[in-house]
Order: sequence, then structure tokens, then C-alpha cells
Amino acid sequence: MPLLSLVIWLPILGGLAVLAASRHTTDANIRWMALAVSAVTFLVSLPLFFSFDSSTHEMQFVEMAAWIPTFNINYHLGVDGISMPLILLTAFSTIFVVAAGWEVIKERVAQYMAAFLIMEGMMIGVFAALDSVLFYIFWEAMLIPMFIVIGIWGGPRRVYATIKFFLYTFFGSVFLLIALIYLYFQADKSFAILDFHALKIGMEAQILIFLAFLIAFAVKVPMWPVHTWLPDAHVEAPTGGSVILAAIMLKLGAYGFVRFIMPIVPDASFELDWLIILMSLVAIVYIAFVALVQEDMKKLIAYSSIAHMGFVTLGFFMVFTIFEKTGSIQGAALGVEGALIQMVSHGFISGAMFLCVGVMYDRMHSRNISDYGGVTNTMPLFAAFMLFFAMANAGLPGTSGFVGEFMVILSAFQANFWYAFLAALTLIFGAAYTLWMIKRVLFGEIKNEKVAQLKDLNVREAAILGTLAAAVLILGLWPAPLIDVMHATVNNLLEHVVVSKL
Amino acid sequence: MKGIYLIIALAPMIGAVIAGFFGSRIGRTATHLATTAGVAVSFLCSLVVFKHIVLDGSAPFNGAIYTWLVSDGFRFEIGFLIDELTTLMMMVVTFVSLMVHIYTIGYMKDDPGYQRFFCYISLFTFSMLMLVMSNNFLQLFFGWEAVGLVSYLLIGFWHKRESAIYANLKAFLVNRVGDFGFLLGIAAVAMYFNSLDYADVFAAAPLMADVTIQIIPGYDWSLLTVICILLFIGAMGKSAQVPLHVWLPDSMEGPTPISALIHAATMVTAGIFLVARMSPMYELSEVALSFVLIIGAVTALFMGLLGLVQNDIKRVVAYSTLSQLGYMTVALGASAYAAGVFHLMTHAFFKALLFLAAGSVIIAMHHEQDIRKMGGLKKYMPITYWTALIGSLALIGFPGTSGFFSKDAIIEAVHASTIPGASFAYAAVLIGVFITALYSFRMFFLVFHGKERMDDHTREHLRESPWVVTGPLILLAIPSLLIGYMTIGDMLFGNYFGDSIVVHESRDVLAQIGAGFTTAGGFMLHGLLTPAFWFAMAGLGTAWYIYLQRPELAGFFKEQCLPLFKLLDRNYGCDEFNDKVFAAGSRKLGKVLSDTGDAKIIDGFIVNGSANTIGWLASVARFTQTGYLYHYAFVMILGLVGLLTLFVMV
Repeated sequence: MPLLSLVIWLPILGGLAVLAASRHTTDANIRWMALAVSAVTFLVSLPLFFSFDSSTHEMQFVEMAAWIPTFNINYHLGVDGISMPLILLTAFSTIFVVAAGWEVIKERVAQYMAAFLIMEGMMIGVFAALDSVLFYIFWEAMLIPMFIVIGIWGGPRRVYATIKFFLYTFFGSVFLLIALIYLYFQADKSFAILDFHALKIGMEAQILIFLAFLIAFAVKVPMWPVHTWLPDAHVEAPTGGSVILAAIMLKLGAYGFVRFIMPIVPDASFELDWLIILMSLVAIVYIAFVALVQEDMKKLIAYSSIAHMGFVTLGFFMVFTIFEKTGSIQGAALGVEGALIQMVSHGFISGAMFLCVGVMYDRMHSRNISDYGGVTNTMPLFAAFMLFFAMANAGLPGTSGFVGEFMVILSAFQANFWYAFLAALTLIFGAAYTLWMIKRVLFGEIKNEKVAQLKDLNVREAAILGTLAAAVLILGLWPAPLIDVMHATVNNLLEHVVVSKL
Repeated sequence: MKGIYLIIALAPMIGAVIAGFFGSRIGRTATHLATTAGVAVSFLCSLVVFKHIVLDGSAPFNGAIYTWLVSDGFRFEIGFLIDELTTLMMMVVTFVSLMVHIYTIGYMKDDPGYQRFFCYISLFTFSMLMLVMSNNFLQLFFGWEAVGLVSYLLIGFWHKRESAIYANLKAFLVNRVGDFGFLLGIAAVAMYFNSLDYADVFAAAPLMADVTIQIIPGYDWSLLTVICILLFIGAMGKSAQVPLHVWLPDSMEGPTPISALIHAATMVTAGIFLVARMSPMYELSEVALSFVLIIGAVTALFMGLLGLVQNDIKRVVAYSTLSQLGYMTVALGASAYAAGVFHLMTHAFFKALLFLAAGSVIIAMHHEQDIRKMGGLKKYMPITYWTALIGSLALIGFPGTSGFFSKDAIIEAVHASTIPGASFAYAAVLIGVFITALYSFRMFFLVFHGKERMDDHTREHLRESPWVVTGPLILLAIPSLLIGYMTIGDMLFGNYFGDSIVVHESRDVLAQIGAGFTTAGGFMLHGLLTPAFWFAMAGLGTAWYIYLQRPELAGFFKEQCLPLFKLLDRNYGCDEFNDKVFAAGSRKLGKVLSDTGDAKIIDGFIVNGSANTIGWLASVARFTQTGYLYHYAFVMILGLVGLLTLFVMV
């Protein structure tokens, strides 16, 4: 059974069906329909995990069909231990996005739901694509529903945010396309990503390709200093948009590093790894300070996302320093696997944090920290959840937020004491900005009349946050099953990247 | 036996889950029964384990429960190491926790957060047990941060109070500073030992004694010194050693039962436990030991001084806790780990007792905590009075009480120690004894003796606390009085700790002291001849004279040494320094980075700048496209002329 095609096209066709049905049925039915599509997609994606063969690094669930034979472009899909967990994360998160928009979205319900379902299919397509043209098409196409979501259901400055988001990402994509076309000609007219991996490329070309890819992917992660679109996009996006943005879209950029940059241009990566490490460490330290002084909760969480994604890129690029220092890759897999876990975990935690802000925004129509205070007095259940996710965001052991950071710090220590030193500062700063916000929002006397009127979570909201809390806890207490699927792929990647392609 | 260990750890967890998720449904009584039963089961099972490991002399248990994750050749496991040291900690933790659970039934009976409170303290017990029962660094860190979390929740338990939510944030962040060092230490262990299992690491430690690393290029540092100091930074956070002590006094914002359980008896001693557990590593680095010794000595003396000027009953006890933690740390630095852990145990009993007694006083005084408004409580609260007296005597090391044996052993050990810093530490702990006696009995006399300074309304309602409060006081008073006498022979000079604590022969100060040891009675008689005893008596006498005989003297001294008094009252300026430099500095830096870095340079200059530049270019380009035919014709002719000229010239 073409499982990957199913998880890509089921939500896309489902989204179109939702659009088509909107003329004939009520909004309530539309919501249930969208929820059903997202739930079925998630169920269909589960066999990817349970039938996954974790003993091999080869691509699995491969599908291959000629698409545009003139240019040797194929409909080529497959997953390995890096992409498979991200597909599951995408399918999982979309359910919450549909559920989160249940009551708030009152206008154009069908379009809203359809946008997210179609986006889901396309994002899964990005993770599953093994043909770079197919990848590129999904990569660009998924932005369209996102622009629409922010542009239509967004806040007052949504147009500025959308244009900024568009220009930033489009600026990056152009370089991606140029690099892919160059590689196509180098690889004897093949667009297959795996062919690119095997390709021998000269150093100068590698450097240029590296920079082109870096611009494309760094914007998406986003890495410092090309991060400023993210806070604006988050602030203006509706809750669902923020969740997808944080949980999945940022991961696409990071995914590009391990699918394209490291395996295709390993020598340039070796040469320029200091640049990535520098950008990552700046993201972790500099951004933490910036996050501290934010007055808008969504901005604060957006900045915290940037800092957390710094761990992802840092973890990926430890291998070169370690190899240079010790001549072996021992200790590097810890960094890469930690980074991958961090991606999944950040998906849960940042998604949950944005949902928490959404819960408050729906009631108070404000994201300003100063408008809140003493929320726990009127919403104790909600406060318990938010505090839990905040602790996870601060990397408390026992939650998923700890696992990735711990592994990356361990790996960074093997590369260089000071990398670990700077990265570990997040223990202090992450707690400072997250818990200071918690203090001002949740604790204290009831600040004003509006807070006094707040109603605690309803069943739907409690179910959403409860499920995410369970995911955060399970991944934190027992990450082994998820990490086990990555070993073969990650080891193969690391062995590959330390061999010169000159 | 694996089953019973799991029961010990999980029983409080189950209680916490019941209280947390179903507390409001099952009501108050069922909640406190469930949680107290959970802890009681833990305590009884710990007794069984004590018999098994210590009395029967069975081999320690060291095994995994499950594999947390495997990556890159590392196998991170969750597992238990149950040896003599662990067993002792389990006994102390579960016993004190049980007492505090019972006490809470009375203390918190009118609080709307009753169930939540029980959930937290049971969760704490679980976390603390996971910490002490761990057989590896990872789980240790789990427990370490988990107790920090519960401490955060409990300090901020009354979350409407601004001072409480300030204190809990401060506590969490200061602890995180310690954990920052701790985590780097763990990373270093992982890198050089390729394992986070205690057994593997301790076995390999002697082979690493000569390994050096360069953190700053050009400087060779001993690997084990670096690791030990990094781990100790973690211990400094949790055990509130200078300069990371600032959170503990503020933590008194939490309800009194948790001040007794977490911020006196158990959690704050985690750092002491950590170093004792790691003795095979610390013994290989004299530099690290000296560092530990000096930090401990500074804490023991200077934190004690702060106790002299406090007027809040809980704060006095809090500063005495800081000072006593300093004593334990000094013992560790002098390689007298057994003495440190011994003092940890006696201190857990008498300090929990003192806190709970203070709580009993606070209930009677209708939540008035200022000792200047108390006095003469002896006749109203006899049980509280006598138990508090036992606690105070133990705290100052009065001969015969448990505190005497443990504190005297520490002082003797430091006296015998020869590592750098030992003479300073000896002087500090001796002066500390005088100070301890002075502030302890200052508080005791001001609270229980002398004039009744409370208002009439309060006086009329003064009465002894109910049995759920006094019962634990009595049960804690018994070990506070006797346990030192009963166990010193085995714990310090016998072979109680077996292989769980390792001491290098040349530094084995306890063995030197032990050479002359015959019986606990003999040790006591010998103690009467040491300076420590006379320092304590002098402190007690001074307190008696100043606060009972000549109360006006206290005011006189305060007038005379006003600058000193102010310095002490302001905690040597540490709080202000942290607030102004670290907290305000970080906010200021964040503001600069946010407003200048992100908003002006990146967004203003680069992003919007690019957009503006393109906009400007476009506006320039727009001039060329006027739409007038004669403009285009004119330009065409110009171009034609230009080209023709070019051809002609060439």
C-alpha cells in the first residue's frame, strides 16, 4: 500500500472535500469533517512508526513513478529515521490545530480548516520527498495556505507580517532553487536527492552551494540574524497558525540541514561549521536576553522557539569539531539524535505554549503580559497545564524538553568546553524568561475585573492540553523508542559526512 | 528486593497522583489518609531495607529498572543503588516526611489548598527518594531538578503573595545557576568516563587521577578537580552555600511544614549527600576538597552571624540551617564524609523539630512570626516548649544531645585535617559554635521566656497545638536527643558505611580521632574539655544575660554597631547585588539587544532597509517611465547619437 502517498494526499483531498462541502452543510459539520480527516490521517501515519525497520538506514516505504520524464523528474517518496518522526509529528499536530480553531473561528470555517489540512499534506510531502523538484514544489506550495491563514484570520498587522514572512522565505527559496538546478546538471540530469548525496563536488562549488542552502534553510529555522520575521508572524497569526508555524514549519528548515547541507556538501560544512555553531550559540544566548524583555506572550514564546532551535542546529554541527579533535565520530551521534529529539519535543512544547496563550487570548483578547495577573485564581486547571508546559520549556528533566538539550550539551562538551558552557546557560536563561512570564501571568492577586471573570478550561481545551502534556511526559520519561528508530540513519549520515567528497 | 525498592519510591508518587488528580473529589480526609499512607508504606519498607542491608549485612543492590535511552554507545538507565549511605538517607527522608505529613493535617487544616499541599509534599518525597536511590548521574539530576520543582511550587504555595512568588522564582533561578555547573560536570563525566553509572565511574576514577585538560588554552587543570568543582557548584545551589545561599532565607515564604521538610531536613542536604556519594572522586583531588572546605567554612560562620539580627522566627531558623549546612560541607572538605552525613542525619531531626515547633508557635500566635511580639509562651505551650528546648540544645551541641556528637566530630575532624584551608575552617567553625548558641537561645528566650509582649487578643487565644502537631514534635524530639549517643560508635568510628564512602588513608581524620574512641560516653566526657563546648556555653550564657537579665543591652549593642547591624540585616548586600547587577542587568541587556539589535539593526537597517532601498530604486525607475511619447523618443535619439559617436570614434 502506498502509505506515504496516502498520508500526503488524504489531507489534501480531504481539505478540498471540506471546501466543496461547505456550500451544502453547516459549519458544525465542517468542523467534524476536518477533525475526522486529520484523525484518520494520523491513524494512517502510525504504521510508518510501527512497521519501520530501524536496523537499516535505507529509505523505506519508497514510492517511485516517472512524473516529467523530459527533465527526469520523478514522483519519488521515502522516509528514513530522520524524516519519519517528523511526519508523525505533523499528523499529530494538525489534529490539535483543527480542534483549537473549533469555537474561535466563526468566519470562513471551511476555508480555515481546508487551509490547514492542505498544508498538512504538503508539509508531509516535504519530509517524504526524495526528488528535489518534488521537494521544492511542496516546500513552496505549503507557504500559500500559511500566508492565507495569517492574512485572513490574523491580527491587525497581519499584512505587514505576511509580507515580511513572504519576502524572507522567498528570498531564501530562490537560492535553494539555483542550488538544486546546479546540482541537477552536475548529477547527470538527476533531481534525486540521494544522487546528490553521492555526488563529488569541488570545494568552491561546495562553498557556494552551502551558502545558498544555508540562506534558504536558516531563514526557515530561523537562525539568528534572519529570525525577525518569526515574532511578527507569530504575533499576527491565529493560534492554529502559530502552532503549525512553531511545531512544524521551523522543523522544515532544520530538516534541510540534515537532508541537504550536511550530506551534499560535507567539505564545505566542515570548513564553515564555525559559522553555524556561532549562529546557533548566538541564538541560544542573545535571543534568551531578547526573550526576557518581551511584553507580548506570543513574542516571548516565539523568541524562545528561536533559542530552542539553536540547539537543533548546534547538535547537527558538532560532528566536525569532534572529528577534527579526536579523529572519530564518537559523541557526535549524541548531538544529532539530541537535535532530532529536540525538534519533536519543541513541536509539542511550543505548540502547547501557543495553545495556552490562545486559550487566554480567546477569553481576554490580549496577549500583553501586563494585562494579566493571578490567572491561577480563576483558572486553576489551565494554570497547572501552563506551568507544566513552561517547566518543559525550561528543560525540566522528566519532560521532553530536557532530553534533546541534555544530549546536545553532552555532545557539545565533547567538541569544546565553551560550546557546552554557552549552551548550558539556557538552563538559567530559559528558566528566567519562561518562569518570569508565568509569575506575572499566572500568579499574584487577581489583576483586574477581566481576569476575575475568566472561566476555566472547557472539556475540549482540557483534552487538547492533556494529550499534549501526556506526550511531553512520555517522551521525557522514556525517549528510547523514538531514538531507536534514528540510530541507523544518523550513524550512516555521520559516517558519510566525515568522508571528503572533493 | 527490587520490588520493595520500587514500592518505596512509588508509594508516595501514587499518593501524590491521588491527591493531585482526585483530591477535590475524594475530600480532605481521604486525601491526607492516602498520601500519609503512601509515605508510611515507604518508611516501613525502608525499615525492612535497613534490616536487610545494614543489620543483616547483605550486599548492596545495584541494578537498572529500565533503559531511558541508548545513543552513541551511551546507555542511560534509570536504576537503584541501595547501600548503607542510601539506606540511611531513605530512613531520614521517609521518617521526616511522615512526621511532616501528620503535622500538616493540623497545620494546614483551614487552608483552601489542602489537597494540593499534600500532593506536593508526597511528590517531593518521591523525587527526593529517586535522588538518593539513584545509581547514576542522570537520575540524580532528575531527582535534583524534581525536588527543585516541588520546592518552587511550595515556596509559591500561597501564590497571591507577591513576596512568595518573588521568592520561588528566585529560588528556582539560583538553583538553576548551581545546576548549570552540575550539568557541565555530568557532561565532563560522560565524556571522559563514557558512562554515567556510579559504579563504572568510581571504578575508573583512580585511573583518571593524572589526566589533565585544558579549558583555557595553555592551562592544564586536573580533570577530576574540574569535575568535582563543577559538581560541587550544583551542590552549592541546592545546599545553599555562599554565594548561592540567597534563595534559602526567602524560601521561608512557604508554609512551615515544607520549611521543615524541604528547606531544613532533606532537600537542602542533597548537596551534602552528593559529595559524600562522590567521595571516590573527591578523594582524588585535594584542590576540590580545599574548595569545598573553604566554601563550607565561610557559610558556617558568616551565615550564622546573620541569624543574630533576624526577628522573624522562621528566618532565624533558616539562617541556622544555612550555617549548619556549612558545617556539613566543612566535614566533607576535611574528608570526614561520615561526620558530614552523620550531622546531616541529626540535623534533619532537630532542625525539622525546631521548624515544626516554630510552626506550632506560629499557629498559636495567629500567624504572627515576629519574635519581638512573643515572650513567655512556656506556660501556654508546654509540649512545644520542651521539644523546642531539646531542638535548641541539639542545635548548639549541648553534651548528650544528638547535635553534640555530630558537631563535635566535625570540629575535631577539621582540627585534625591538614589540607589547605583547614586552620581557617577550624577557626570559623569554633566561632560559629558561639554564634549558633547565641542566636538560638536569643530566639528561644525571646519566644518562650521573659515578658509577654503580644496583644491581649492573641494572649487570650494562646493554647497548645492539637495532637497531630505535638505528636510529630515528640516523635522528632526523641531522635534529636538520643540518636547521636546511640549511633556515633557505628557511624563514625565503626564500619557502618562500608564501601559506600571512600577515604584516602592519608586524609582519614575520623580514623585518627577514632583511635582514642571507646564509648559514646567517653566521647562526651572528652567533649567537655574541648574549646567547642566552652564556646557553646559562652554563647548560651551571653544570650541568657542579654535577653533575660538585661534586655536593654540588646538595644545598646545595636546602637553601638549600627553599620555592622545594617550590613547583617541586608545579608551583606548580596540580595541587592543580585537584584541590581544580575536581574536588572539582564533586563537592561535584553532591552538593548531587543531594541537595538533586533529592531534597529536587523529589522530597521537590513530588512526594512532592503525593502526601502528597493522601494527607492523603484521610485527612481518610475521617473524613467513617464508614459510621454516625446520622452521616449528623446531618449532613443540620445541613445542613437551616443552609439553613432562610439562607432565613429572607434
